Amino acid sequence: MTTMAAPTTELAANGRDIRPGRIVTWTLLLIGGLVMITPLAFMFSTSLKSAGQVYDLRLIPAQPTLDNYIKVLSDGRFLRWFVNSTLVATAVTLSNVFFDSLVGYTLAKFQFRGRYFIFLAILSTLMIPTEMLVIPWYLMSSQLGWLDTYWGIMFPGMMTAFGTFLMKQFFETVPDDFLEAARVDGLNEFTIWWKIAMPMVTPAISALAIFTFLGNWTAFFWPLIVTTSRELYTLPVGLSSFAVEQSIQWEMIMTGAALATVPTLIVFLVLQRFIVRGVMLAGLKG
Amino acid sequence: MARIELDGLTKKYGQVLAVQSIDLAIGDGEFVVFVGPSGCGKSTTLRMIAGLEDISGGVLKIAGETVNQREPKQRNVAMVFQNYAIYPHMTVGQNIGFGLYTSKLSKAEKQERILETARILGLEELLDRRPAALSGGQRQRVAIGRAMVRDPVAFLFDEPLSNLDAQLRSAMRIEIKRLHQRLGTTVVYVTHDQVEAMTMADRIVVMRDGRILQVGTPVELYENPVDVFTARFIGSPAMNLVPGRIDEGVLALPGATLSGVDASEVSGGDVLVGVRPHDLVIGEADGGGLTVSGLVTAAEPLGSETLVHLDIAGTEAIATAPGRVIPAVDSTVTAAAAPGSLYLFDAKTERALGRL
Repeated sequence: MTTMAAPTTELAANGRDIRPGRIVTWTLLLIGGLVMITPLAFMFSTSLKSAGQVYDLRLIPAQPTLDNYIKVLSDGRFLRWFVNSTLVATAVTLSNVFFDSLVGYTLAKFQFRGRYFIFLAILSTLMIPTEMLVIPWYLMSSQLGWLDTYWGIMFPGMMTAFGTFLMKQFFETVPDDFLEAARVDGLNEFTIWWKIAMPMVTPAISALAIFTFLGNWTAFFWPLIVTTSRELYTLPVGLSSFAVEQSIQWEMIMTGAALATVPTLIVFLVLQRFIVRGVMLAGLKG
Repeated sequence: MARIELDGLTKKYGQVLAVQSIDLAIGDGEFVVFVGPSGCGKSTTLRMIAGLEDISGGVLKIAGETVNQREPKQRNVAMVFQNYAIYPHMTVGQNIGFGLYTSKLSKAEKQERILETARILGLEELLDRRPAALSGGQRQRVAIGRAMVRDPVAFLFDEPLSNLDAQLRSAMRIEIKRLHQRLGTTVVYVTHDQVEAMTMADRIVVMRDGRILQVGTPVELYENPVDVFTARFIGSPAMNLVPGRIDEGVLALPGATLSGVDASEVSGGDVLVGVRPHDLVIGEADGGGLTVSGLVTAAEPLGSETLVHLDIAGTEAIATAPGRVIPAVDSTVTAAAAPGSLYLFDAKTERALGRL
């Protein structure tokens, strides 16, 4: 017994459990982590290198410099693209949170004829690839005079099938008692949705907001097609122009890309606590 | 305060009749409890009164006005739900105050009402807390507070104590009853717990399969149930039922001796004889009544009394014995019921035939 017990105690004391399964898990996680972080590391590394050092693939630059950051930030175009991207991503995110939730709530909590059919119709649009939609979007924008406008960049994403689906699923978990209590308290249906149901799905709203913001912040294809004026470029489109016009300025692209990660990090850090904090059941039986 | 009148109230879900043309008048300030098994239509009736379910037929009047087509908010009733339904993202104070959301009172008046309600319910210290930091009983009090603060014409309770533990449930029962005595507001209360119904109600409405079986005070229902269902549903433990037969004025029961009973007023045929466990007492009868002998299958000492499970000629029954008397399992004992404590029911229709 004593000899059997000794290794177990030792393991417990070290706080490590070196089972083979765990080693495999750690190895896979490590590889996954490296795959994820290497491009980011190179992006930051390159942003600290001068043009001549770009093809020196050392991760830590021999002569790190902040010149690229000064150059990019003092370039009016970059700031303009940054503002454009912020504007577009924020507007589309707010629109999605509002409309996807409204439709999701209606589909989840109201009984009406054709409800299931409408839900299926919305869901089926998820099967159509963006590339197929670009031509109708373009024709529509052209006919309505939306080409090369902010609205033109934003309109296809103002409401999404995925967001509606996500919010519907979450609203279905909100117990009807809450809504009925509010109804008896005299609230109208819009206020019930806004004041009662919405605060109960904050984790879903946060997730939707993060996905939508990131998706629109990094969107490239549609903004590239719909915009022609440099003033209306979003950040990814603008950064790509560094590669076309004056040969490929990797250090500038990487610096712009590094700066572009800042808002996404902020959005994630601000909203992630709402995802973790599930508040919905707190008002129900314990 | 208001009178609530249900006149042929009906609820249909497709072809299914959930509530079948019920008639009831609830008096101003009365505490009425709807009781019955799951699916009997009691909650549906309450929800129709609240305006949360459309009324398929009949007339619903609150304070003399027909409200069939009125929205919940226009009926000025307040409802307390089984799951409390207090909003988790609001503090206790905000939850109570939410009942005044559509009120035209000034901010100061609202605040005063909230504080007064919190004081009555003992929630003053908890006004800034969130529901997550409250116990089950406190949450239910907040839900009651949100209903109270509006000063509604009637309170509707939908199984409000079902999620509480036994001790808390008993305390909240008294609290709600005291509150009713203090406010004097009409209360319609739904429960499946007959103890709640018996202890709280001015009148009990027993429902089954969407119909009202009987309406009466707790004592009326206990003493004079109209049928087997009500007899078994009201009273705990449930009434014992033994099949019997009346021939030429003589009641024959399996394994029982019946002494000095005049069964002549009951027409002949198969009957069910009911006796409440508290009326069937271990020991010899003195002065007539029913005496039975049975084998003890289990004994449940409760302190003040002992519930004795008996096998009487193949029929299960529960009798009572004084607290310190605990008959041994497998022993044979005699139990007696005094004259007037037997209930007779028609075996076919299950309707009450009278008392013996």
